[in-house]
Amino acid sequence: MKKLINDVDDVLAESLAGFAAAHADILRLAPERQFVARRELKRGKVALISGGGSGHEPLHAGFVGHGMLDAACPGQVFTSPTPDQMLGAAQAVGGGAGVLFIVKNYSGDMMNFQMAAEMLDQENETVIVNDDVAVENSTYTTGRRGVAGTLVVEKVVGAAAERGADLAALKALGDAVNKATASMGVALTSCTVPAAGSPTFQIGADEMELGVGIHGEPGRRRVKLGSADEIAAELTGAILKDLSLKPGAEVLLFVNGFGGTPLLEQYLMVNAAHKVLAGAGIKVVRHLTGSYVTSLEMAGCSITVSALDAAQFALWDAPVHTAALRWGM
Amino acid sequence: MNHTALIKNATQTLIDHVDELTALDQAIGDGDHGLNMKRGAMAIQARLDELAGQSLNDALRTMGMTCMSTIGGSSGPVFGTLMVTLAKELPATKPTPVDLAGALDAGIKALTRLGKAEVGQKTLLDVLAPVQQTLAAGGGEMIARVRACAIASADATARMDAIKGRASFLGERAFGHVDPGSRSMALIIDSIGDTLSHHP
Repeated sequence: MKKLINDVDDVLAESLAGFAAAHADILRLAPERQFVARRELKRGKVALISGGGSGHEPLHAGFVGHGMLDAACPGQVFTSPTPDQMLGAAQAVGGGAGVLFIVKNYSGDMMNFQMAAEMLDQENETVIVNDDVAVENSTYTTGRRGVAGTLVVEKVVGAAAERGADLAALKALGDAVNKATASMGVALTSCTVPAAGSPTFQIGADEMELGVGIHGEPGRRRVKLGSADEIAAELTGAILKDLSLKPGAEVLLFVNGFGGTPLLEQYLMVNAAHKVLAGAGIKVVRHLTGSYVTSLEMAGCSITVSALDAAQFALWDAPVHTAALRWGM
Repeated sequence: MNHTALIKNATQTLIDHVDELTALDQAIGDGDHGLNMKRGAMAIQARLDELAGQSLNDALRTMGMTCMSTIGGSSGPVFGTLMVTLAKELPATKPTPVDLAGALDAGIKALTRLGKAEVGQKTLLDVLAPVQQTLAAGGGEMIARVRACAIASADATARMDAIKGRASFLGERAFGHVDPGSRSMALIIDSIGDTLSHHP
């Protein structure tokens, strides 16, 4: 294992300390590293809280700030946070208008957030993100997994919360955006959890894992490495089949690097996905490209297509100021 | 005997098997199970003095809450809920196999609700259910039979699809691999049996 670390047991603590120092104008890190919270809280606003295992940076703490999350709870690498973290976050950022949890659909996240929701003495709702079309079911999920589409849900719902939408409206909006969003990924190499010290999976130099999850867990199938156009056709094809979009539909295209793939290749994949979408008569009206929902140093990418409506596109365009996403302010 | 030895040995067994559990989870999951169990086991060991002064029921409750607040993942809520339920269901007196069977039955029901899982779906329920039946049926050589049942039942999860009745690509690929959570559960039960047979 070759990583920029001191002691494997201190990776999370030291990385979060650096993150908090680098973005002290936007956020603060709670004692015991329970959660990262927005520095300027807005009274009377529904509090948006997400969280999950670490190793996906900048997700979720990188999306704490104006127009997105109020708090994010970081778990150990690839391990969901514990209920007391979510309770601590809710108590710190809850502004009296209720709490909305945004949870990726993994068994561990679901159970820990559910326990927190049951113990919380504030009105709360949960939006479950399950945008991954690759795998319907596995031991580690309760249905489809939540992957890069989580960013789209957090951005759109965050903007609506900033404008004062109530808890019920935000829950409905989050569910709607999740339903309109589909993703699928491909891995070219594995990733190494620091504390494990060895790669999560073995993959041949000429192989790729189609439909990989964001923890390097298995996907649809292991095949010989294809061209970018072939990969884009497979990923985008599965997404379009799931969303069943009509020609003329307007979408957001989000090509997400998994941590080990350079922007040079990510933009090449944008170009490749464009060809597939144009062939299906789909119009790409918004873009996001970059490594936002990562799997440590895994090479590969995911493609996310989000068929938002006009009001949802307006919320996507709304000002945001977080460590990882910033526009309009 | 006091429950301190049971706790100390069972947690040490998990710590000693961290590499095996990691390898099992890397094969079909995301590779964090061994480290999560080790973190929980070490958090419990750090409270051994406190646990020694508590009743078995209170010690189970303390350990359950410790699991929930330190392990994370699925294992935190699952092992935490199991222990908190056992704490609630076991009698205050030294439990008999029938008492254990009754408490485990409640634990299985609690986990079924929590994880929306059923027996036969390649989870630790596939160890707990046969162990519960063995305890409920009674008979001689109980400790040896429970230990053998736990180990064999965990091994048998290799011959189950990840989700029964759904032949997803992953389901087929998970076939042949032992479920990591089931192996952890079997290691705990085997260690408890081992300690009990040395300190009857």
